[in-house]
Amino acid sequence: MGIGIFLFAIFVGVPIIIGATGRWDFYYTLTSVALLAIASAGVWLTFYIGRINIGQGAFALIGAYVSAILVVKAGWSFWISLPAAGLFAAVVAILIGLPILRLRGVYFAMITLVLTQVVTLTALALPITNGAKGISSIPLPTGVSLFGIPIIPNFASLENTKLAFYLTACVLMIVTYAALYRLVNSRLGHLCRSMQQNEELASSIGVNISYIRIVIFAISSFFGGIGGAMFGSIAQSVYPSSFQVADSVNFMLNCFLGGLGYVFGPMLGTLVLYFGWDLLFEFGKYQMLIYSTILIILIRFLPNGILSLRLGKGDKK
Amino acid sequence: MSALIQVKNVTKKYGGLTANNDISFDVAENEILSVIGPNGAGKSTLFKMISSFTPTTSGEVLYSGERISNLKPHIVARKGIVRTFQETTIFKSMTVRESVVVAQHLRATASLAGYFWGSKAAKEDVTAFGQYADELLDFLGMSKISNEQASNLPQGNLRALGIAIGLATDPKVLLLDEPFAGMNHDETMHMVDLVRSVRDERGVTVMLVEHDMPAVMNISDRIVVLNFGEKIAEGTPSEIQNNEKVIEAYLGSVDDEIGM
Repeated sequence: MGIGIFLFAIFVGVPIIIGATGRWDFYYTLTSVALLAIASAGVWLTFYIGRINIGQGAFALIGAYVSAILVVKAGWSFWISLPAAGLFAAVVAILIGLPILRLRGVYFAMITLVLTQVVTLTALALPITNGAKGISSIPLPTGVSLFGIPIIPNFASLENTKLAFYLTACVLMIVTYAALYRLVNSRLGHLCRSMQQNEELASSIGVNISYIRIVIFAISSFFGGIGGAMFGSIAQSVYPSSFQVADSVNFMLNCFLGGLGYVFGPMLGTLVLYFGWDLLFEFGKYQMLIYSTILIILIRFLPNGILSLRLGKGDKK
Repeated sequence: MSALIQVKNVTKKYGGLTANNDISFDVAENEILSVIGPNGAGKSTLFKMISSFTPTTSGEVLYSGERISNLKPHIVARKGIVRTFQETTIFKSMTVRESVVVAQHLRATASLAGYFWGSKAAKEDVTAFGQYADELLDFLGMSKISNEQASNLPQGNLRALGIAIGLATDPKVLLLDEPFAGMNHDETMHMVDLVRSVRDERGVTVMLVEHDMPAVMNISDRIVVLNFGEKIAEGTPSEIQNNEKVIEAYLGSVDDEIGM
């Protein structure tokens, strides 16, 4: 029921309102929110196994570069490069996760924080990523047809690419959160909860905690890679600075703000955080000050996130 | 009676400190064996080595002739040797029933992906886990509290929950770390009956580390006594009660502690 209203709002309501008001720039804002929410969903998932992940920017950047390189240099279709970018980010996550996932608390957080910087520097250094110049003028996604039936139109031939990107991002976001919801409520999710609450006890009941940690970190980074790749495609360019440490921190804040106990927390958190920042724009140089103060107050008085406000009705877990 | 678990010349050193020195004994199938000893005698360390939560410095532990020491804890658990914990190590924000359901993880027939997509096997598992959880909680007399959040339970129930979680894995050997600690006499006697019925009705071999001497003497088939990391005695409760070395180890506290 609630989901129906939500779907109606984003696929019908938003285009109608934007069409009526003529604020076409809102499409870009909302597309960004949807994509950032995908990456935040990954961060939320690492929280779910009791790890603070401040490195999602690294995987978003990896995803953006992989997709850009595959499209520009290898001539792949964007739609194939998108899952490839996610998978590549997941493989990198497995390689990095093997040594670092045994760390807990602030130690894991610190290493992931550095990770974004490492990927940025790597992008600056490698020849294939084109250094500081980055990869620009990435072609728009091409059309896809199956057995001669067009499924996805060629974005370059569309009049309204903003709307097309908006709808694509929303579909991706919904698929991501549906998968996340399913995962959390399946056995894997229950095992994650057991690990989050007590790793020793979890391993005493036969849970292979190191394996599950790797699987979860890989899924989390897959989401990051997908979000980043889509971003690169919309901006039609990728630079080492496309995702920075601040972005990684924001992904984490989105989760905190929305509520770590709720699957849909990071989605709401991203929306509020992104719009909150924009709305404070008119305060000029005080923007950051007001923004930070509000954040501190929110985290102080709503430690379980904005969604905890509706805990009384609480049907979503 | 054949030896189900063989502890062979197990030694554990932490730096210069020897927590366990050259300890050997056997545990027979379907036996209740207690490990006792004064504080710091190395009982918990021994348990950690049997459940592979910590590696041995030398020596090995065999289960049905197969080495189980120095593996990963979850692998030992999968072989059927499951430990409970001394402190209140529980899944705090799960209910009793949820804890018992999640602990049946090893019995799952469907894959993790099967659960994600909701396969038939996964659905059957979920139903089976729920039924078994209810059955187990009923067996342990915990049906009344099955929907309580674990963090809200009093201490006595927490230990029962620990045992429930351990039993839910369907173990062959259950290692109980101080199951009677902090309990009054009635609670202890209830727990003694419970542990005994776990052995009698479920065929689980039980090893326990415990301080409560009357309970130990009541429940154990055999007892292993440690002192300063060494095994100083092994035998039936009456043999242990009359063992010179054991009496010496407990010194002046003989009367209250051993209950003679």
